Amino acid sequence: METQSTYNYRVIRQFSIMTVVWGVVGMLVGVFIAAQLIWPELNLAPWLSYGRLRPLHTNAVIFAFGGSALFATSYYVVQRTCHAPLFSPALAAFTFWGWQAVIVLAAITLPLGYTSSKEYAELEWPIDILITLVWVSYAIVFFGTIAKRKTPHIYVANWFFGAFILTVALLHIVNSAAIPVSLWKSYSAYAGVQDAMVQWWYGHNAVGFFLTAGFLGMMYYFIPKQAERPVYSYRLSVVHFWSLIFTYMWAGPHHLHYTALPDWAQSVGMVFSLILLAPSWGGMINGMMTLSGAWHKLRTDPILKFLIVSLSFYGMSTFEGPMMSIKTVNALSHYTDWTIGHVHSGALGWVGMITIGSLYYLIPRLFGRTEMHSVRLITLHFWVATIGIVLYIAAMWIAGVMQGLMWRAVDPDGTLSYTFAESVKATYPYYMIRLLGGILYLSGMLIMAYNVWKTCVGHKPVDAPIPAVQPAHG
Amino acid sequence: MDINLARSVVTVLLLLAFIGIVAWAWSGKRKQAFDEAARLPFDDETDAAGTSK
Repeated sequence: METQSTYNYRVIRQFSIMTVVWGVVGMLVGVFIAAQLIWPELNLAPWLSYGRLRPLHTNAVIFAFGGSALFATSYYVVQRTCHAPLFSPALAAFTFWGWQAVIVLAAITLPLGYTSSKEYAELEWPIDILITLVWVSYAIVFFGTIAKRKTPHIYVANWFFGAFILTVALLHIVNSAAIPVSLWKSYSAYAGVQDAMVQWWYGHNAVGFFLTAGFLGMMYYFIPKQAERPVYSYRLSVVHFWSLIFTYMWAGPHHLHYTALPDWAQSVGMVFSLILLAPSWGGMINGMMTLSGAWHKLRTDPILKFLIVSLSFYGMSTFEGPMMSIKTVNALSHYTDWTIGHVHSGALGWVGMITIGSLYYLIPRLFGRTEMHSVRLITLHFWVATIGIVLYIAAMWIAGVMQGLMWRAVDPDGTLSYTFAESVKATYPYYMIRLLGGILYLSGMLIMAYNVWKTCVGHKPVDAPIPAVQPAHG
Repeated sequence: MDINLARSVVTVLLLLAFIGIVAWAWSGKRKQAFDEAARLPFDDETDAAGTSK
């Protein structure tokens, strides 16, 4: 059906392409710092040292790669399920250029050593203010589009995207509150254990809302679309949403087990982390069962492979997380590479794969095509990435448990059996396997970059028309 | 009112609210509306170029 108005795909194209670019950059930094752990000689200069590049890696993959993907997919999903173009194209364009400016400023200031020292919130106060402006604009564009919707319902994916946008605004403003003493130096508004608790309230909810709720929004749109069937249970998705909202906020203290945080707060964090298993697995089952009756599609469709395997990793890491939050388990796992393995099972497996699968669906449609340049290269990407993840997380699990056991081993006379350096030495083989896994995952991203390039170049950007006939009420 | 009593009351109210949401989501009355909502990703398909299918 022909209509005059089209969806606003311009900003989606921009964010989609930059997702791939920042994915390659962020993962390359990750591979480099993994190599630095094996060969410390690679700390070539202060600005290339591990301590400065590690936050660059985390910021690049979470906020540049993951963030751009969230902007792109949320703008696409909200328009297509509301049958309305983006509210305020100018503000939408500002969110793109503003977010890229934040990323570039991060890539300059972090290697120079400017940091607030808060994990996943290292950027100094002028950049924090820019983030706030971009985020408020994002909220206006997103909720403005929902307000203009021509459909009677707000699709569940938009609920998840909306919760992600509102919560990240709250987290960022509270945790970044600081007293500036110069242009590039500030001190946290909180002190001592309060500062630690605010930081991990932020940190864990960044995982819960930035890295989970937002990507669940992707899941609830792109899995039904690619499987060509509606979500398994809409009512389960409603309960999934509210149970995540009710419980995630309280899980943060599990990052502070056996610290100066009061014992009761640690226990509250542990209990809520265990409760979180229920909504997480409810959501995972809902996504997977969407494929029921169409399982054969998994055999031939590499995009579905990405989407469904991402859910498997989501299920694995949301089982592992509650287990690690149990204080007696945490006594073994904390400060070891088990934590790194857990994070990457969630990051490479869940966040990375759901993003990659969604982009393989999205990108051809932004250029008037029905599929990527090469479907075989998507399959290749899938296997390279999956093998990379398995090597990475298996190596880190073994290394982590080994470290934990070595650190706590005592001789009959009560002295420690091992020096710390001995545990570092024993970890080398696993660092090599982890590096190999990282290189494989990065190679997959390079395959994707080539495929995306061939899909876009020489094809005119196309903005799809908005359907004129609205679905009937009732 | 003692602040801790207020905290307990809020916790209980939120639990009741959540149970209410579950009952609402599973009530038969919502079924048709949820089915419509679940179809939303498929309601925008057109046959012109650049569409999603």
